[in-house]
Amino acid sequence: MSRIEVQEDRCKGCLLCTTVCPVNIIVQSERFNVSGYKVAEVPEADMDKCIGCASCAMICPDVAIKVYKTPKKKGDN
Amino acid sequence: MTKQPERIFVKGNEAIARGALAAKCKCFFGYPITPQNDIPEFMSTEMVKAGGDFVQAESEVAAANMLLGAAATGIRSMTSSSSPGMSLKQEAISYMAGSEVPAVIVNMNRGGPGLGDIGPAQGDYYQSTRGGGHGDYRHFTFGPGTVQEAYDLTIRAFDIAFEHRTPVLILGDAILGQMKEPITPWEPENIDEEGGKDWAITGRTGGREKRLIKSLFLAEGELAGQNRHLQAKYDSWVDLAECEQFETEDADLIICAYGSIGRIAKSAVRKFRKEGKKVGLFRPITLYPFPSAELKALAEQGKRFLTIEHNLGQMVDDVRLAIRTISDSEFFPIYPGNLPTPDELEEPILKCLEGK
Amino acid sequence: MSEMNEKLVFDKPESVIDRATHYCPGCHHGIAHRLVGELLDEMNLAEKTLMTTSIGCSVFLYNYLNVDAVEAPHGRAPAVATGVKRARPDHFVFTYQGDGDLASIGMAEIMHAANRGEKMSVVFVNNTVYGMTGGQMAPTTLIGQKTTTSPAGRCQATQGSPIRMSEIIASLGGVAYAARGSLDCVKNIRAAKKHLRKAFECQINGTGFGFVELLSGCPTNWKMTPIQANERIQTEMIPYFPLGVFKDISEEGGIC
Repeated sequence: MSRIEVQEDRCKGCLLCTTVCPVNIIVQSERFNVSGYKVAEVPEADMDKCIGCASCAMICPDVAIKVYKTPKKKGDN
Repeated sequence: MTKQPERIFVKGNEAIARGALAAKCKCFFGYPITPQNDIPEFMSTEMVKAGGDFVQAESEVAAANMLLGAAATGIRSMTSSSSPGMSLKQEAISYMAGSEVPAVIVNMNRGGPGLGDIGPAQGDYYQSTRGGGHGDYRHFTFGPGTVQEAYDLTIRAFDIAFEHRTPVLILGDAILGQMKEPITPWEPENIDEEGGKDWAITGRTGGREKRLIKSLFLAEGELAGQNRHLQAKYDSWVDLAECEQFETEDADLIICAYGSIGRIAKSAVRKFRKEGKKVGLFRPITLYPFPSAELKALAEQGKRFLTIEHNLGQMVDDVRLAIRTISDSEFFPIYPGNLPTPDELEEPILKCLEGK
Repeated sequence: MSEMNEKLVFDKPESVIDRATHYCPGCHHGIAHRLVGELLDEMNLAEKTLMTTSIGCSVFLYNYLNVDAVEAPHGRAPAVATGVKRARPDHFVFTYQGDGDLASIGMAEIMHAANRGEKMSVVFVNNTVYGMTGGQMAPTTLIGQKTTTSPAGRCQATQGSPIRMSEIIASLGGVAYAARGSLDCVKNIRAAKKHLRKAFECQINGTGFGFVELLSGCPTNWKMTPIQANERIQTEMIPYFPLGVFKDISEEGGIC
């Protein structure tokens, strides 16, 4: 599976990441960071839908998103 | 049989260019303007032969900014111009002062204001000694009076620039630039061609900390700190002030004049001395720092002063500042556009001698 | 929930310093910085890079990229970088400039550095507005675009037309590569990085001057949300500033 990690203190809540996610799982949270921005997040329920394409990270102007991928093991579906 | 030192017969402009090469200047950025064209013309071939680089820039603005870039890397670099072009260079000179970039700049002063003429003048004294661009800064300024001195001071200028991380100006005029004289060129020893080892931008090779050359200081108190630092540097130059004193010891009247006018005044002093008149010459060699202490010492001896300049009265302010608690100076202007002769200076000197 | 064998596949490049930027939300400077930083890493250039920064919102670029830098006066970056490169020809030299800086006050410097074929690279961020000074009209402001100095919208009759820099630069003899990309969507960001790589390669190979224009959003001064700003790039900017490569001498057999 894949996942993203939003560095919340860097996120400025521009939401550009939400527009490029091919599986539409990134949303604005209700949390404010130290700078007063409502940060982007992937809700718990949608986390397993991430395909690790890094589109969100690519468009993030604040380099606030890390993308992790777990290589599929042979035999996994 | 000892070898005689080589003598060459060159214009002031060429002497400056040769002095720069002797000082291991490796980059020259020029733009055509009379009466300094011999410098970029000479450099266009000789600098390249010396293993350096020459660029004819698109403007004086660009040439001075190229100088800023090259000098920021710690390479000995230079530009030259004349009055209207110097106005355009002030932007980069202010940045160089603010970001403490060492470089040598030559101004072959011509008549102004505006396009003026292409003859000699000293109208850029204020611009040269007060920090001609925006902001509060000074830079070292030499005022050579002979072709040999132009050569010598160009070599000095590079050392001062790197020692104090400052732009250094050589302020000549059309007389100095265009006049041919025999000089004895010499090669300085032990020049450190990598003079900016602890500050220049040379790449983070070996993973060293990144370096910045900048003049923007926005954090609370930062700019004030930088200005305090710069002022302390300028104050420290007071001991580097230089002047020539000629027949001043027993003189009643001291003529204060710099550069080409200093030289013409010297001829007048010689003539008066032959007539037994007690006149001397005080010729600042550094215009900033101004040799105030030496001048004040003369004032303390009760001497009188006459400042003669090829402008409407600029250096006379520095003369008056130097002696203000003791004495004052008369002033005689040679208007830019006129070519001065020793004869012309006789009348004002005589008037002063006679106390009129 | 992270598994032991998971791989970090996207992270901040090493050349980008780990700190928050001063840019507004949705500003594309951060994307441009990251692309440059990635290339400095991938092409192993960071230690030999001498960057010339300019004036405008990107004035603090030297706080964000971990390379040696000199700050140029407004518009003069190509002249300053000329000096840097002539003094240190073995180093990698680039400027990073906005549209007010490059296409207005610095027009002479960019034209002549390009025409001389200085072996340097120029990253040109075009967001059609003076950002740092508060949203005034830029040389690239589109006709009808409202700014603080064209409050009724830019009028061609009195304020001229937006300048297409990439096309102009491509016409100059010393230029090895000139391209326009955009930072509004993932596809264009990928293409922009390819343009930058090509421009950087032109310097490293000594073929000549490399120029990459990046269409960018300025939500604050456009008075839009970041998402609206990105849409504006697609609907208004790209039709006027077409994307693509305008000159590539590696495709033409080089400069004589």
